[in-house]
Amino acid sequence: MTSDATGGPGGEFPDALLSLRDLRVSYPGKGRRAPRARILKGVSLGIRPGETLGLVGESGSGKTTIGRAVLGLAPVESGTITFAGSRIERAGRARRRALARDLQVVFQDPYTSLNPSRTVGDTLGEPLLGQGTGTKEARARIAELLERVRLPADAADRLPREFSGGQRQRVAIARALALRPRLVICDEPVSALDLTTQRTVLELLLEIQEETRVAYLFVTHDLGVVRFMSHRVAVIQAGELVETGDAVQVTSEPRHPYTRALMLAAPVADVREQRRRREAAALSARS
Amino acid sequence: MSDNLPADPAPPPRPAPDSAPAADTRAAVPGGLLRRLLRNPLGAASAGVLLLLVVAVLLAPLIAPQAPDASALGAAFEGPSAAHPLGMDSAGRDILSRLLYGGRNTLGGALIALGVALALGVPTGLYAGYRAGWFDSAANWAVNLVMALPAMVVLLASRAILGPDVWVLMIVLGVLAAPSFFRLVRGIVANVRKELYVDAAKVSGLSDARIVGRHILIVVRGPVIIQVALVAGIAIGLQAGLEFLGVGSGSSATWGAMLNEAFQNIQRAPLLMLWPGLALGITNGALVLLAAALRDALEERGGPPDGGRSPRRARPAPAFEAPAEAGPRSPLLSVRGLTVVYDRPDGPPKQVVHGVDLDVAPGEIVGLVGESGSGKSQTAFSVLGILPEGGRIGSGSVTVNGRETVGLPEREHRTLRGGTVAYVPQEPMSNLDPAFTIGSQLMEPMRHVLGITRKEAETRALDLLRLVEIPSPERTMRLYPHEISGGMAQRVLIAGAMSCDPELLIADEPTTALDVVVQAEVLELLRRLQRDRGLGVLLVTHNLGVVADLCDRVAVMSAGRIVETGTAEQVVHAPRDLYTRSLLEAVLDDAPPREPWQPREARSTTV
Repeated sequence: MTSDATGGPGGEFPDALLSLRDLRVSYPGKGRRAPRARILKGVSLGIRPGETLGLVGESGSGKTTIGRAVLGLAPVESGTITFAGSRIERAGRARRRALARDLQVVFQDPYTSLNPSRTVGDTLGEPLLGQGTGTKEARARIAELLERVRLPADAADRLPREFSGGQRQRVAIARALALRPRLVICDEPVSALDLTTQRTVLELLLEIQEETRVAYLFVTHDLGVVRFMSHRVAVIQAGELVETGDAVQVTSEPRHPYTRALMLAAPVADVREQRRRREAAALSARS
Repeated sequence: MSDNLPADPAPPPRPAPDSAPAADTRAAVPGGLLRRLLRNPLGAASAGVLLLLVVAVLLAPLIAPQAPDASALGAAFEGPSAAHPLGMDSAGRDILSRLLYGGRNTLGGALIALGVALALGVPTGLYAGYRAGWFDSAANWAVNLVMALPAMVVLLASRAILGPDVWVLMIVLGVLAAPSFFRLVRGIVANVRKELYVDAAKVSGLSDARIVGRHILIVVRGPVIIQVALVAGIAIGLQAGLEFLGVGSGSSATWGAMLNEAFQNIQRAPLLMLWPGLALGITNGALVLLAAALRDALEERGGPPDGGRSPRRARPAPAFEAPAEAGPRSPLLSVRGLTVVYDRPDGPPKQVVHGVDLDVAPGEIVGLVGESGSGKSQTAFSVLGILPEGGRIGSGSVTVNGRETVGLPEREHRTLRGGTVAYVPQEPMSNLDPAFTIGSQLMEPMRHVLGITRKEAETRALDLLRLVEIPSPERTMRLYPHEISGGMAQRVLIAGAMSCDPELLIADEPTTALDVVVQAEVLELLRRLQRDRGLGVLLVTHNLGVVADLCDRVAVMSAGRIVETGTAEQVVHAPRDLYTRSLLEAVLDDAPPREPWQPREARSTTV
């Protein structure tokens, strides 16, 4: 499937920052004889510096697992992950620690991704600590980061529970940016937020990308969000990519029937347009 | 509406992401813990007694009248006197001195046992819980083996082999107590390891030792402290028991040995039993009470999730506004001037809904739209009469089929919920009991409410499952909730809601937890039920696409007030209110897709 499904510019860019080739991830089945649960069945994709690749799929499709495999948090069964020219799918602890400089993450749930008993400053200092930054230098960097994500300077001394969901997610973004990474895995970073908050967080992420040329692997189930954020979009279904292409193409002229179904199923805030889409979806379902 | 301001503190019942997770309770701040412990009279008293005991025992050479083994046979069994406040024992030794010096051995022995148990149990527990894998399996195996051994027998046997040294026996006891620490620590760590903040720390490049130090020890600390107090009590008791049986080291003074000696002379001087018995009793009692107080102090932590320093927008006093355009009341559901109030233990009650007017006509779908903390769910709960603990309707009127429901006794409200009004919750899975089949969960309420037989209930349940378009109803009836998908579970709940043929359905974010394709199917189902059965629906949602898809009319809520109502078409396409407009602007449907990527050199080095 890989050859066709990764179509368009595909997974092999000569200048890719991150590229996956035929990535497979599986977990042992429950019980002694149970077959392994195959989560990713050969995924290939590529991301160039400063690019956002949106990864869309339903729950259980394996979209989150791709990000976790890149971060070394999911066991790679076979296939390769190449980051900045070197293979990292079997990176050991020391190599992972070094990779932390370039490869970061923003998780979905801003409530559980921050340790409730550590201050915001403490959380932001964590990546700096890992790289052996001095205390004074770290403090300056934390102030800089808080300003960048538009949180008040005194936020550093407060606990996560004093902040709203949107503010916590800003803290998580600041933590990801602390080491000036080249790629950030964004795992549904706005799904838990209110609509208006969502928009401001997305705009912040775009702004940061404009400034720093950081690349995003943007995992989401929300097609509006993915179109707004992504240069390119990959659609995943049951552990396989079914369509990859420029955001304009995938979201307005989807080629794969699954992508079309997804697009038609997402309701739009327009009464007449939504009625038209509903009827189109009913029609295509019948045929 | 920027998120730079803290969100309105959502009242307690809001589902998942709106209220801070209870995880806060686990982590303890040491200073705070000590302060809370001492605020508890029981904690302060037991800690004080233990401290006094330890100090007295440590200062034994200074305060004891004489050496523990100095004996004057002529003074045997002498009663209390100025020089010997507790009297003399059978060998003419001073009891107070023996008690003080004996305490050194007894408490010291317990300390050794504890030290060994902690040194063995905690690091292995941390490692096994954090890294899992083969070490975890091996350690568990060893621990199970040790726990299967009867402690007293092992201690007696080890005395026979290793000799009658009390310190050696205490080391053996420490080994026997280690599994309790291992299991405790391993269980906690295995849970914390799955937290996202631990993943984030790994991605941040922290070494395992650092992660354990920063994120894991803090969680383990509290329970281990409690366990220490309990194990100390057990160690002291066991040691005294051994000495009492005469299998300790008879030569040195310990409280157990003193008991043994007193027991032999119980006929001549019964009072001899009292002093060591009292010392043991007080020490153990204080330890148990201290453990209980520690546990309370740890659980008390946190307090209200948004209390304290949390900066909060000053809310204007709920000025009474005359209902602007309330209009005639709808026959099915009509809400007028509804306020919802939460009583707070500290401070005045807090109003979260400030005078809401809302109508749902028969066969009409009304959307109640707003962001988290806007009061939309509170409004829906008020209609259902299921406001969570502490919440109540402050004023206003809610009529269903023309009947006032505010102030209705709970029994009658329940009848209303079972009959005219039905409810579909947000999280389908957590609203099904994993222990029962779908069929029994559908049939039981019907048999109860409608008083029909099992057979009738089964036919009806099958009809309902067909009504909500579940492919093979007979098979689905026999399945357990974990065997069906989220979309299917939501259909089952809708079937349950339809079982008593309601006229009004209140759906609280019924599709938020579902994927878009399944969401479209569930919306279609609701639309069909409305069309075919003339069902009125109050749909609580934050998704304007769902509103455009399904609703006839919309009410937009913000900060506890309805800011705009109108037909779906009017509200979505020509919003009058500023907040509604900001909400619609945040929708990304119309945002242009991003342009294809352009190569660009030079990576900026600022932030």
